[in-house]
Amino acid sequence: MAAVIPDQLHDHHHGPTGLMRWITTTNHKDIGTMYMIFSFVMFLAGGVMALTIRAELFQPGLQVVEPELFNQLTTLHGLVMVFGAIMPAFVGFANWMIPMMIGASDMAFARMNNWSFWLLPPAAILLIASFFVPGGATAAGWTLYPPLSIQMGMGMDMAIFAIHIMGISSIMGAINIVVTVLNMRAPGMTMMKMPLFCWTWLITAYLLIAVMPVLAGAVTMLLTDRHFGTSFFNAAGGGDPVLYQHIFWFFGHPEVYIMILPAFGIVSQIIPAFARKPLFGYASMVYATASIAILSFVVWAHHMFTTGMPLAGQLFFMYATLLIAVPTGVKVFNWVATMWRGSMTFETPMLWATGFIFVFTMGGFTGLICAIAPIDIQIHDTYYVVAHFHYVLVAGSLFSLYAGAYYWLPKWTGRMPDERIGKLHFWASLIFFNITFFPMHFLGLAGMPRRVPDYALQFADFNMLASIGAFGFGLSQLIFLWVVIKAARGGGEKAPARSWEGAEGLEWTVPSPAPHHTFEEAPVVK
Amino acid sequence: MSHTLEKYFVPEPSIYPIFGSVALLLFGSGAVMWLNDVGPGPLVFFLGIALLIYMMFGWFGQVVKESQGGQYGKRVDLSFRWSMGWFIFSEVMFFAAFFGALFYVRVLSLPWLATGENEAVLWQGFTQEWPSSGPYPYAEAFTPMGAWGIPAFNTLLLLTSGVTLTWAHHGLLKNRRDQLAKGLLATIALGVIFLGFQIYEYFHAYSDLNLRLDSGIYGSTFYLLTGFHGLHVTIGAIMLAVMYFRVRAGHFRPDNHFAFEATAWYWHFVDVVWLFLFVVVYWL
Repeated sequence: MAAVIPDQLHDHHHGPTGLMRWITTTNHKDIGTMYMIFSFVMFLAGGVMALTIRAELFQPGLQVVEPELFNQLTTLHGLVMVFGAIMPAFVGFANWMIPMMIGASDMAFARMNNWSFWLLPPAAILLIASFFVPGGATAAGWTLYPPLSIQMGMGMDMAIFAIHIMGISSIMGAINIVVTVLNMRAPGMTMMKMPLFCWTWLITAYLLIAVMPVLAGAVTMLLTDRHFGTSFFNAAGGGDPVLYQHIFWFFGHPEVYIMILPAFGIVSQIIPAFARKPLFGYASMVYATASIAILSFVVWAHHMFTTGMPLAGQLFFMYATLLIAVPTGVKVFNWVATMWRGSMTFETPMLWATGFIFVFTMGGFTGLICAIAPIDIQIHDTYYVVAHFHYVLVAGSLFSLYAGAYYWLPKWTGRMPDERIGKLHFWASLIFFNITFFPMHFLGLAGMPRRVPDYALQFADFNMLASIGAFGFGLSQLIFLWVVIKAARGGGEKAPARSWEGAEGLEWTVPSPAPHHTFEEAPVVK
Repeated sequence: MSHTLEKYFVPEPSIYPIFGSVALLLFGSGAVMWLNDVGPGPLVFFLGIALLIYMMFGWFGQVVKESQGGQYGKRVDLSFRWSMGWFIFSEVMFFAAFFGALFYVRVLSLPWLATGENEAVLWQGFTQEWPSSGPYPYAEAFTPMGAWGIPAFNTLLLLTSGVTLTWAHHGLLKNRRDQLAKGLLATIALGVIFLGFQIYEYFHAYSDLNLRLDSGIYGSTFYLLTGFHGLHVTIGAIMLAVMYFRVRAGHFRPDNHFAFEATAWYWHFVDVVWLFLFVVVYWL
């Protein structure tokens, strides 16, 4: 039993070994590692889909894939990246770091934690296998709008059940995180002393519990409309396809913040460490995070300005959306103020974090532009929107994940990441990212629609540029794999407990790599 | 360093979660095969359910053993309390999606279908009313489910079951085991009678009222809302039955019985959902 082990840093792992260790583990660090490996595999899978899309769009005309497969690829690229890559990666960070940051011995429900992870591979199998069934994967776009999603083949049903399974995983994972944060803090670790990463994840987990069941309801209605003759999204039976959009985006907009709030948390840990100053405006960061979460429930219809809505509705959702710029602005200014007159150095994590602020803020600004109803009617479903959400999801979420990975890699592996290669990874990613997605703004403003495998000649140059950038970006990500494998195999400089000079927090008080069990005796936070 | 925080129970590695994952993979892929008439769908589907049941027996059985073995303590108890509350919140949001669909249809989409261009061009002569099977002209007529027959009686049953459950809880708190067992049995019986009436109501709807799952939007919202509620009553009744057998086995003390309380919370939640259902699905 885990009971009474006097050694505070007792390191040996007991229980099954080999593959069974990973299948049966109840250790938050093992589970966090599995989450991250899984998410990187899915990131590569979704990346291959993206590169196939960009290969097709390299030139006008149809060269590489059939239009049907192209639509399947755009759909699955979205689903795999959102549910398979970005979300599990953040959950992996939460698993590894939250117990160590608050001085807990593990997550509140260690066995359920294991199940939350091990539900993801079945969901991934259902999603990926759907390419190979008759009719192929669903091609309705990641939003799965009816009537298109009603007409799809069995690949659509596989996507529905995959979403159900991922939803169960997310809800259990989120409940685990909420309970861990609320109930497992070490003595003296009050809520307002918690590292901001824990705060952002607490609020993210609340959003997950609130909206994943709504998505489950939406896809359940799709399933019954498809197979059991119900009429939820069928106007002939008194339903409405637009109803689906309302329910989906009631989930979908909070979902957007589910993917960015933990990113804010990671960046809020890293900037103070490398500016060697405490985070500026900690309390306002907490309130801003909560405000963003609350506002996220009343802005969903800004995704639907062109689907038909009364003017009053358009105005409400436009103003509510613009309001989100206020708490988001608070955050950006706080990060900048943290750096102000700090003693800054730019190791790899800090490069990613500052890069995040620049590029994410651009994505935020284009978000404001999209939010303005009269403009959105012009740019809805164009490449402008594609540019916007890749600026916040790739340059926002993904860049912060890299920042966090380089920052905590010494704690995970006991080795410092290779600075030279890490910086190469950063600069290559930043440059190729902008080559890929910046031209998409112009394509969208010029009227190029998204989710189309062919396009008019006038769009050819920018598309070729974007495709070149995409392949550069995709290949650059393999550099990260190299960095991680090198550190995991014990290459590179040994990391001290406090791996970065200015790093603060309980996780830096335990050795690097962190022993299998940490804080079995809770530390006391003064 | 010394402090008073009690040790938090962290379980040993467990084989049960992976059973659950395989079970849901079989469940999902079996359902997909079944729905599309490909391969041995029902077999895979029921294999998944069987494995899921096996997993639950094993896993929950272990939790009961750990709890009886006194391994949990006050901190784990508080974790269970938080988590049950959040789980019920997630259930509330699941039902909210279906209630939201019902309100949207009644307040927005039916009036839109019956006015303006929709009425003038697409669905001429369609008038907004509720219940409605939509403007499709070949829809078969049906009779809506009345509120004051079985549904009203069912409301009474569920409300009474809330009372009997609270009576049982008082028995547990005052260590009157007999009252506890009787109260639980009465609650389970009321739940089962409720389900029986619900099943009868569905037969009645299909055979006498021609009210079916494909009776337009009324049938859709009626069956999905009452159906998911019925599913939750079933789950709640099974949980209550487990509590009954645990009581018979001598589990629970007046100061330590969160499994019972969690079940009671769940049962009251199901009860409250029914009240909303009764008002907006059957009555108004």
